[in-house]
Amino acid sequence: MMLQTDIMAILPELILFFGAMGLLMVGVFNTSNLSRPISWGAIIILLVAATVVLFQPGQAYFAFNGALLMNDFTALMKAMTFIAVAGSLVLSHDFMHQEKIERFEYPVLVLLASCGMSIMISANDLIAVYMGLELQSLALYVVASINRDSVRSTEAGLKYFVLGALSSGMLLYGVSLIYGFSGTVNFQELASLGFTGNDIGLIFGMVFLMAGLAFKISAVPFHMWTPDVYEGAPTPVTAFLAVAPKLAAMALFMRAVITIFPQAQDAWQQIIIFMSLASMALGALAAIGQQSIKRLMAYSSIGHIGFALVGFAAIAGENSAEGVSGVIIYIIIYAIMTLGTFACILSMRRSQGMVENIDDLSGLSQTRPFMAFCLAVFMFSMAGIPPLAGFFGKFYVFRAAINAELYTLAVLGVLTSVIGAYYYLRIVKIMYLDAPDDEVNLPMPRNLSLLAGASTFLMLLFFIYPKPLVTVVDNAADAFLGVDVQPGYVHYQGTPK
Amino acid sequence: MTLASFAFYMFATVTVASALMVISARNPVHSVLFLILTFFNSAGIFLLLGAEFLALLLVIVYVGAVAVLFLFVVMMLDIDFVELNEGFLQYLPVGALVGLVLLTELIMVLGGSAIAPDMIAGGPKATTDDMTNAEALGRVLYTDYVFFFQTAGAILLVAMVGAIVLTLQKRDNPKRQSVAAQNARRRDESVEVVKVKPGQGL
Repeated sequence: MMLQTDIMAILPELILFFGAMGLLMVGVFNTSNLSRPISWGAIIILLVAATVVLFQPGQAYFAFNGALLMNDFTALMKAMTFIAVAGSLVLSHDFMHQEKIERFEYPVLVLLASCGMSIMISANDLIAVYMGLELQSLALYVVASINRDSVRSTEAGLKYFVLGALSSGMLLYGVSLIYGFSGTVNFQELASLGFTGNDIGLIFGMVFLMAGLAFKISAVPFHMWTPDVYEGAPTPVTAFLAVAPKLAAMALFMRAVITIFPQAQDAWQQIIIFMSLASMALGALAAIGQQSIKRLMAYSSIGHIGFALVGFAAIAGENSAEGVSGVIIYIIIYAIMTLGTFACILSMRRSQGMVENIDDLSGLSQTRPFMAFCLAVFMFSMAGIPPLAGFFGKFYVFRAAINAELYTLAVLGVLTSVIGAYYYLRIVKIMYLDAPDDEVNLPMPRNLSLLAGASTFLMLLFFIYPKPLVTVVDNAADAFLGVDVQPGYVHYQGTPK
Repeated sequence: MTLASFAFYMFATVTVASALMVISARNPVHSVLFLILTFFNSAGIFLLLGAEFLALLLVIVYVGAVAVLFLFVVMMLDIDFVELNEGFLQYLPVGALVGLVLLTELIMVLGGSAIAPDMIAGGPKATTDDMTNAEALGRVLYTDYVFFFQTAGAILLVAMVGAIVLTLQKRDNPKRQSVAAQNARRRDESVEVVKVKPGQGL
């Protein structure tokens, strides 16, 4: 019976994994190029997995001797991740076809990566953390260099691989230190030991663990790979890298730090505050000089991670729930607007091929008014201008920071957001006020315009009816914080049964 | 000095010495051979600790697969290692300094802590009394840790798919075996008897 509950708990992961296997078999044994049907198959599998996640029982429970945890928080993050992955797959069809890099392995690898992300989100011991992270990362390294005949793409993959391996090494070092000083890898057992900021060995381990995880969310100072990888990877892959792994890694980051070290808050809080400030500042300043819109999006994503970390830093004391829901709302809104922006970037197509310079957008409002409108909404939203959804994301994290009495962080955050608004608004200015050049953008493909339109709609109308999202997120935040009171599982103690 | 401590010091000395040779040997093939020596001696230390499964794993996986793979790579790629290693000594002082600083810091941090006395006697043991440690591992690997075991399998699968995606080239004219053509071949079509005069060649 035990095994049955375990299997039911990892049903979404199983669906993804066996779905990937099935699609791999179909792709290998068919001589004709089936990459598009396989990609649609992957999208359906992801949506099925998302549905299954949402229908799993609501109360928190453990699977596989406490290796994994399922509750409302993990369910929400998993469902959002799967939907984001599905969205980035929809974005990829036309591009891959035009660039002649359609390969059926791409959706398969993306599915396996999502399986890894799902394990990351649910991970409840340090082995599961590492396993999920590697399953995800290894697939990401490969898809970053999926256009293997392009020097830029292979360079992106190689850079990502080398730096990712380094960060995995740091993470493992931290894990081994934590295990060495405590004798357990389970989150709840570690939490019950009650580490404070004075346990020097454990703090060493925690810092290395956080460094490894910060690399995955590309928070400064572990962001160096981001601009190069985002620029070099094929654009739909960039859209994938910019959204889903961030959702999963952010969930894992919060779970790992807050569940394992509830007593050592003053130790991790200062690290998060520093990373948050540095990311916001770098995201705002470094993006100003960029010409390539993909590089700009890379710096923008670093900045957004900084804003999400403001909420993370505020997870303290009585207002913890506010901080957690701030982070979740921010990262979900970030995911939706980033996907929409990439739908527009992927539509920057002219008769001679794709373009990705910001100047190529000039006068877009006259040639392609719908695309210009969508992109303008996303830019305003990213800049955090009310009443768009991006404003509410920032509002929730800053409110949490103020209530946690992190005034300096909140003030500096608002300041960097003002600086960042400059380059977002510059894009709007180029589209609406500059004269169009001779070359005209081709019309948006239907998939892309649907996706861009849908996310524009969400961005515009979030403020009218935010209640559903806010309620779900508040539930998730309560589940997130209430997890350590769950009794009822025995960790393996040494003598085989 | 008991036999066990004699064996430990021998294994440890050889391990450290051969590890030093790995990074200082001029010839990369020698480096790999020293690496193998290092692995064998580390395996000896594991044996002394009573972890015979880990010892065998080290020999089979690292010596049998990894080191041999290194050897293949070293021999097949025409890398001028002498040129690559130039300047190694030039960076040595800086590297040694950084290492020294790191070592001092680690000693300062960890030097104060001591192993709890009850851990020395009652800590985790490599072997339980009634079974070998291969058996003990096997019992938990496929039961309590089955999820990790399967996930590790998935990771290896990703590595395999990735390697194929990134490197498999579809050639236009692959040379495939054709059984029918092989069977249809006759002796008089494929063999010719030539008389060669001595000292002249063909």
